[in-house]
Amino acid sequence: MSYLERGYAEINELPPFPSEERMKKKSVAYVECPQPIPCSPCYESCPADAIKMDNINDPPIVDYEKCTGCMNCIRVCPGLAIFMLRLREDGKGEVTLQYEFLPWLKKGDKVELLNRKGEVVGTGIVNWVLPPERNDQTSLVRVEMDAKLIYEVRAVRKVRE
Amino acid sequence: MVQVKDGRLMEHPILNFRRGKEVTIYFNGKQIKAYEGETVASALYAAGIRVFSRSFRWHRPRGFFCAIGKCSACMMEVDGVPNVRTCKVYVRDGMQIRTQTGFPSAERDIFAISDKIIDRIFPHGSQYTKFNNKLIRDFVLSQLRKMTGFGNPPKKEFQGNASYEEIHCDVLVIGGGPAGMSAAINAGKYGAKVLLLDENPFLGGQLVKQTHRFFGSAKHKAGTRGIKIAKILEEELRKIPNVDVRLETKAFGIYGREVGAVEKDKLLRIIPKKIVVATGAYERTLIFENNDLPGVYGAGGVQTLMNVYGIKPGNRGLIVGSGNVGLILSYQLLQAGVEVSAIVEAMPRIGGYFVHAAKVRRLGVPIYVRHTILRALGKDRVEGAVIAQLDEKWKPIPGTEKKLDCDFICVAVGLSPTHELLYQAGCKMKFVPELGGLVPLRSKYNETSVKGVYIAGDVAGVEEATAAIMSGRIAAIHAIVELGMGGEEAKKELEEALKDIEEFRAGPFGERIVCGIEKCILASEVEL
Ligand SMILES: Cc1cc2nc3c(=O)[nH]c(=O)nc-3n(C[C@H](O)[C@H](O)[C@H](O)COP(=O)(O)OP(=O)(O)OC[C@H]3O[C@@H](n4cnc5c(N)ncnc54)[C@H](O)[C@@H]3O)c2cc1C
Ligand code: SF4
Ligand code: SF4
Ligand code: FES
Repeated sequence: MSYLERGYAEINELPPFPSEERMKKKSVAYVECPQPIPCSPCYESCPADAIKMDNINDPPIVDYEKCTGCMNCIRVCPGLAIFMLRLREDGKGEVTLQYEFLPWLKKGDKVELLNRKGEVVGTGIVNWVLPPERNDQTSLVRVEMDAKLIYEVRAVRKVRE
Repeated sequence: MVQVKDGRLMEHPILNFRRGKEVTIYFNGKQIKAYEGETVASALYAAGIRVFSRSFRWHRPRGFFCAIGKCSACMMEVDGVPNVRTCKVYVRDGMQIRTQTGFPSAERDIFAISDKIIDRIFPHGSQYTKFNNKLIRDFVLSQLRKMTGFGNPPKKEFQGNASYEEIHCDVLVIGGGPAGMSAAINAGKYGAKVLLLDENPFLGGQLVKQTHRFFGSAKHKAGTRGIKIAKILEEELRKIPNVDVRLETKAFGIYGREVGAVEKDKLLRIIPKKIVVATGAYERTLIFENNDLPGVYGAGGVQTLMNVYGIKPGNRGLIVGSGNVGLILSYQLLQAGVEVSAIVEAMPRIGGYFVHAAKVRRLGVPIYVRHTILRALGKDRVEGAVIAQLDEKWKPIPGTEKKLDCDFICVAVGLSPTHELLYQAGCKMKFVPELGGLVPLRSKYNETSVKGVYIAGDVAGVEEATAAIMSGRIAAIHAIVELGMGGEEAKKELEEALKDIEEFRAGPFGERIVCGIEKCILASEVEL
């Protein structure tokens, strides 16, 4: 079974994660785009030359040491395939992801955390958003969660009050 | 959680629906509220009407399907004119719409009983085989045919203003999608007198329903939403004064060096030096039990309904086909607050981009590969579907049937080039599965076997928008170079454009296209 049979990727089909040390320093781009497709806005938007892609059909490879966490790539990725990962001093983790649903999320919102298969694996709190109108209707949301969940949480859903 | 009122989306994360003035239309005499800018079919749909016509034979209910004037399921009588495709005409205050098949109306057709009874007496097709006696057979057939119909011809004489115009131009572009717009821009910028036609009242083709950000390279507008790409191209186009754009204008034939078209009530006789055909593609359907039930739609039809007119297609959809169209549509449905019951794919793996699949999978949409739809359930509209797993020989495995809950089904099994004009023009054609169906043979500059007739975009082979834009550029520049325009600069750009598209198609997704194109390169080129 491969990711193309399941619709989600297993860890061994994805690039290695950045080291804990790296994710503790500042947030870093993690790209889940393993298939060769003719797409390159992430590569073209990176000001730090941190994304390697020799040909438009190559899957992007991020150099975690070069990535400055500027978030240019995640703003434009049409595949919603980029996630900013961060481990905080206080032991919490953060995942920043693209969000294009109503109602829009706001700072402080409580969200359900979904893994790659759409299973609920916990809850988290939105602690920062780039509002949709600032990014052509793709909002960016940063969600605070249990540190060990940052490796699997790939979507969020607003908890209905 | 998206707000809905009268079947219409009141909000949307990406789109902003601007509805016109409220108007009243009459459907079989019943008053219905609509908004200017909506097509008749979409307004009826929003009002909950699902049966638009009856089939000719067994009076089976038929509904909305394609939304782009290709399937004829929505034909009705509008203000006395029969056989109007209601998905292509816009509402007007006081408009009278009548269903024309079925008695007393398509919704409550008493002849619908024939579907049940006749099927029991002699099943489908047996009217041809059951009666050995030719006289009896002919009598039965003629009686059956009486029960069918195309509506009643109008009794009054035409009162409108019919007129005629003759247009001479350097390059005629048929179709205003990304390929056609790109062709018009690239011919226009070198000074050619260009005429661009599109049958829709807007430019953009398929792009007007693509709310997602596009793939490709940033140079070719990747990362930008399809709807916006259409706007950018249109702005660029409108800046060129020597490009004449005619909307609501349908080309109906290419006769030697002349082209016939109808612009609203006006007949156009166009005499171009070169022609670029960029008519795009239309949706294929799939064979399964009850596939004609209202509620079984083309994926593009649903996109049009939802993203162009802001009408909620249903509460829970089943998607058949996991190509990019099916995957993207699933995501767009979720964005409009519609549930997706599943995506079903007959192939052993997902056909579209993995990232598109991952987007919906992580929101809990199941994807069943090696599965197919067996039948749609429901009497007058879809109330569910049965799917089953397929074995190595593509046969459903008994015992694996699953009933899925849904109130509409989207068929997203691919597109076929809208090739009719080219066929009619006498271009040498070939059936090439990799390109989606019947396509014309062409040179590497996209010129067909009929000299001066070019192709661009999906009609040359179903691919995607970036490639469509690139191929429009190639066709247009070659055409104007042949006309002696553009000088060295144009010749240089032409070679660049060829290199661009080659690079773009270099990956595994392009392989199929390249392989398809190799099969239909004109023989004259191969010898070179
Ligand atoms: C759901 C979906 C998702 C897609 N996603 C992507 C994506 O992520 N990236 C990407 O690059 N591409 C994508 N595409 C593909 C892209 O939209 C098409 O490949 C592209 O629009 C093809 O351009 P075209 O100009 O050839 O045809 P079209 O856009 O189909 O335009 C053809 C035009 O010709 C007009 N026409 C036809 N016949 C006549 C006639 N006789 N007279 C006058 N006018 C006529 C039609 O009205 C239409 O406006 C997607 C398509 C779909 C359906
Ligand atoms: S976050 Fe910024 S630096 Fe890091 S990969 Fe993305 S664009 Fe490059
Ligand atoms: S922009 Fe996104 S989808 Fe495109 S190659 Fe980069 S990561 Fe993949
Ligand atoms: S022709 Fe109107 S829905 Fe197909």
